[in-house]
Amino acid sequence: MITKELVIIGGGPAGLAAAIEAKKHGAKDILLIERDSGLGGILQQCIHNGFGLHVFKEELTGPEYADRFIKELEEIGIEVLLDTMVIDLTEDKQIIAVSHKKGLLQIKADAVILTMGCRERTRGAINIPGYRPAGIFTAGTAQRFVNIEGYMPGKEIVILGSGDIGLIMARRFTLEGAKVKCVAEIMPYSNGLTRNIVQCLEDFDIPLLLSHTVTYIHGRNRVEGVTIAQVDDKLNPIPSTEKFISCDTLLLSVGLIPENELSKMADIQIDNVTGGPVVNQRMETSVPGIFACGNVVHVHDLVDFVTMESRLAGRGAVNYLKNKMPQQKFIKVSPGSDIRYVVPQLIDAENILDEKQNFFMRSTRPMEKARLFIESEDGLIRAKVLQHIKPSEMINIELKKEELANKDIKTLKFSLQEEGVDNGN
Amino acid sequence: MEDIVIIGAGVTGCSIARELSRYDINITLVEKEEDVACGTSKANSAVVHAGFDATPGTWKAKLNVAGNKLYPALCEELDVPFKMNGSLVVAVNEEEVNALDELLKKGKMNGVNPLRIIGKDELHALEPNLNPDARAALDAPTGGLVCPYELTIALAENANQNGVKFWLNAPVTDIEVMGDYCFLVKTPKGNIKTKYVINAAGLFADEISKMAGAEEYTITPRKGEYLIFDKQFGNMVKKAIFPTPTKISKGILVCPTVDGNIFIGPNSNDIEDKYDTSVNAAGIEEIITGGRKLVPNLPLKNVITSFAGLRAVSNTNDFIIEASKLVKGFINVGGIQSPGLTSAPAIALMVKDILQDAGLDLKKKKDFIPHRPKKYRFRELGSEERRKLIEQNSAFGHVICRCETVTEAEIIDAIRRPVGARSIDAVKRRTRAGMGRCQGGFCSPRVLEILTKELGADPLEITKKGPGSNMLVGRIKEFLQDEGGDQNDN
Ligand SMILES: Cc1cc2nc3c(=O)[nH]c(=O)nc-3n(C[C@H](O)[C@H](O)[C@H](O)COP(=O)(O)OP(=O)(O)OC[C@H]3O[C@@H](n4cnc5c(N)ncnc54)[C@H](O)[C@@H]3O)c2cc1C
Ligand SMILES: Cc1cc2nc3c(=O)[nH]c(=O)nc-3n(C[C@H](O)[C@H](O)[C@H](O)COP(=O)(O)OP(=O)(O)OC[C@H]3O[C@@H](n4cnc5c(N)ncnc54)[C@H](O)[C@@H]3O)c2cc1C
Repeated sequence: MITKELVIIGGGPAGLAAAIEAKKHGAKDILLIERDSGLGGILQQCIHNGFGLHVFKEELTGPEYADRFIKELEEIGIEVLLDTMVIDLTEDKQIIAVSHKKGLLQIKADAVILTMGCRERTRGAINIPGYRPAGIFTAGTAQRFVNIEGYMPGKEIVILGSGDIGLIMARRFTLEGAKVKCVAEIMPYSNGLTRNIVQCLEDFDIPLLLSHTVTYIHGRNRVEGVTIAQVDDKLNPIPSTEKFISCDTLLLSVGLIPENELSKMADIQIDNVTGGPVVNQRMETSVPGIFACGNVVHVHDLVDFVTMESRLAGRGAVNYLKNKMPQQKFIKVSPGSDIRYVVPQLIDAENILDEKQNFFMRSTRPMEKARLFIESEDGLIRAKVLQHIKPSEMINIELKKEELANKDIKTLKFSLQEEGVDNGN
Repeated sequence: MEDIVIIGAGVTGCSIARELSRYDINITLVEKEEDVACGTSKANSAVVHAGFDATPGTWKAKLNVAGNKLYPALCEELDVPFKMNGSLVVAVNEEEVNALDELLKKGKMNGVNPLRIIGKDELHALEPNLNPDARAALDAPTGGLVCPYELTIALAENANQNGVKFWLNAPVTDIEVMGDYCFLVKTPKGNIKTKYVINAAGLFADEISKMAGAEEYTITPRKGEYLIFDKQFGNMVKKAIFPTPTKISKGILVCPTVDGNIFIGPNSNDIEDKYDTSVNAAGIEEIITGGRKLVPNLPLKNVITSFAGLRAVSNTNDFIIEASKLVKGFINVGGIQSPGLTSAPAIALMVKDILQDAGLDLKKKKDFIPHRPKKYRFRELGSEERRKLIEQNSAFGHVICRCETVTEAEIIDAIRRPVGARSIDAVKRRTRAGMGRCQGGFCSPRVLEILTKELGADPLEITKKGPGSNMLVGRIKEFLQDEGGDQNDN
């Protein structure tokens, strides 16, 4: 059995930032475990730019963004195990990992940070009728084939879902000479960042069909086409609008799910809405000493926020290791009207690590303009006007410590109220 | 000249091949698909039926009960996962309660033992997630679960070890009868001369019988659709839960798999096209409604995949297992609809007897190998065993499928085994890589790479499931040139 002060599981941007931050704040004996043969996580296949606007104030590609952290990690000397997959985690922080070089490793850690990222939703999860031929890929798998392996998984493509990866791949395929016939999105609004709709679809004249879905997959061996249809306001396909589109590939960009197999093994409490662990002000899960950050907690659209959150987790873990136990007097944070979720879900106000606390949340629907209300059981703490709200673009709100501490509040609720539309009747 | 050609590598054909491989005869099995277990044998309910359902006196009834008894030893010998977890037929109203009595009587006549009716309290204690309206159930402890494609593959592997030759991608296009006990079986891969032909071609058995000029019958495909749920709901039910049956089918089940998932299905709809294994929206609706009758709170958000299977229903509505009276040496094993999976080991013995009766000299081989090569399932092992395995072979330390914890060593083994995997789906059926919640999103590029290396192939040649189902269509930059040409033309 190996013992370590801090083990970080996953070497994507979340794991990298958390490791570096923990080291800088005094953790000495850190081990970062990554199952892939290199660090950087999903960023390594994101060769487009658009990373780092917040953290570095410049536009980097995914690998460039990751590289800055990988270099720093090497400079400050953090032990890394590559090609090593964690396959078991217990509540008392025992870890089992396997690799072909080192065999089976049993590790006991004082603290753990979970940064396993997320996985893509697949066809079955959304139940498309039809056959099961070759040529159905999730957008991320297609991205890996093109950007890492150098192969084209298709030539004539229909994309279901307007998640960012799908949009990015629409552009990538087009630049490679493939034909992207359309992007069908079941919701009446897109699920990607506005900048990706403009730069990846509009600039290439790729139609975005809102309120449309794929109702059938044709082809026994390889995809030969799909039937798409418009949906009604209950999201049910309208049969009279069905039409056939020939294609050899269907890309699915229908969402991501946090990867929490290990969290479940350790009996960590999971938030049903985010699909990730419930965390507190220092990104600690329901199991003391096990922390989590990045896409494993909730799916992020911008890596910059992953970095911010992960730095907090790194410091939180050091805080825990130095035996600074929080008071555990938690304010319960909950989503109110038109907010889907808020992270963190619990706040120990006296033990907020900085003078401020970030809250990440998503709206349930798009709104041109709305007022965000932050209330405790004693009344309004703050209200803020927000513009151009979309479920796909995370809202980040900072509260000052003094707005929360020393007030003996028990609940905190975030809600949105749309402005400029007549809700009168 | 072969002694025997078996047509069709489903569970029927492979059971027969394995049984006959005990004897000193030359056997070739021909299959039109790229792998064994690509037909009905890979898409069914996977229940080893106790045998209470079939009409007493039919082949279905006799072979079901006989087959059920052979399962535990067979699966043990071939290292195939099998669980005798029992089946329950649930009644939700008075009429159905009465029907249970009928079923009990039928079961006793078929020789199913033990078999009894249990009351509401016992039922709900056994299965707490059942519909609160469930009043009583027929409890058949000898009902079991098996992985049907793993069994079929195991039978094929073992038959191959014992000398049976496998011709895959070899659809039989014609059978020339050259005389009594003399046939020329024609396939695009070549022709085979043989003394006996065993027709185990599933949905196409009627066409094969016709090719040889043997007895005519018809096979109609009857589709059944399924939804499978994520393993995290694997405890929803413990036994195979059947509704009270109707005349045409056993109804829509809520049932565990031997691998720890739960599925709902199948419905039962006659169709025309024998290739139509598509899943349809109406069908999904139907099985959800059916499933909810038994277990109201189905985790519909956690469906991981859907599929459909086709029952090969003959016009006699029973199995047709007999030596042709018209063509000497031709043996029909057709109409093998449910409970064909359960019956397969008994069908194989029956076919052996038919051959003997027809005069084939069956001498036992001295060197028959009863077990297939050792198969490791990394996900099922404890830490100590895992440590040792990685020490012996470091490829066990490389996890390729993260949902099902399948290692590189297991995938390489699947390719190198007898009747080895040649496609992504063939690897999947042998290892479960790609069967978990991400459905191959993560591991398929890696499995493709391993296949490429092991087969010495180009990535562009690797298929999902045989000819025409290539995973990749070109290298990057390749389409740019053709695109440029097109644009100039415009
Ligand atoms: C296709 C795509 C395009 C994007 N585009 C942009 C963009 O333009 N701009 C932007 O700012 N953001 C973008 N993002 C978002 C950003 O990249 C992600 O939010 C960020 O990468 C998440 O970081 P992470 O570390 O949480 O997860 P990941 O990057 O997924 O890293 C998780 C790591 O954990 C490892 N791991 C998982 N389980 C185990 C285990 N059991 N044992 C060992 N290791 C394990 C994985 O191998 C992986 O390396 C994009 C994301 C994607 C997927
Ligand atoms: C929905 C459903 C649920 C079921 N549930 C159960 C159950 O729970 N328990 C149970 O016991 N049974 C069940 N069954 C029945 C069971 O699945 C079948 O009886 C069994 O799989 C039949 O196996 P087979 O080998 O005869 O047919 P198949 O598996 O279809 O094999 C026939 C093979 O012949 C090949 N072939 C066809 N034509 C040619 C040709 N011209 N040349 C070469 N090869 C050819 C095909 O490609 C195929 O591989 C179910 C069936 C269905 C459809």
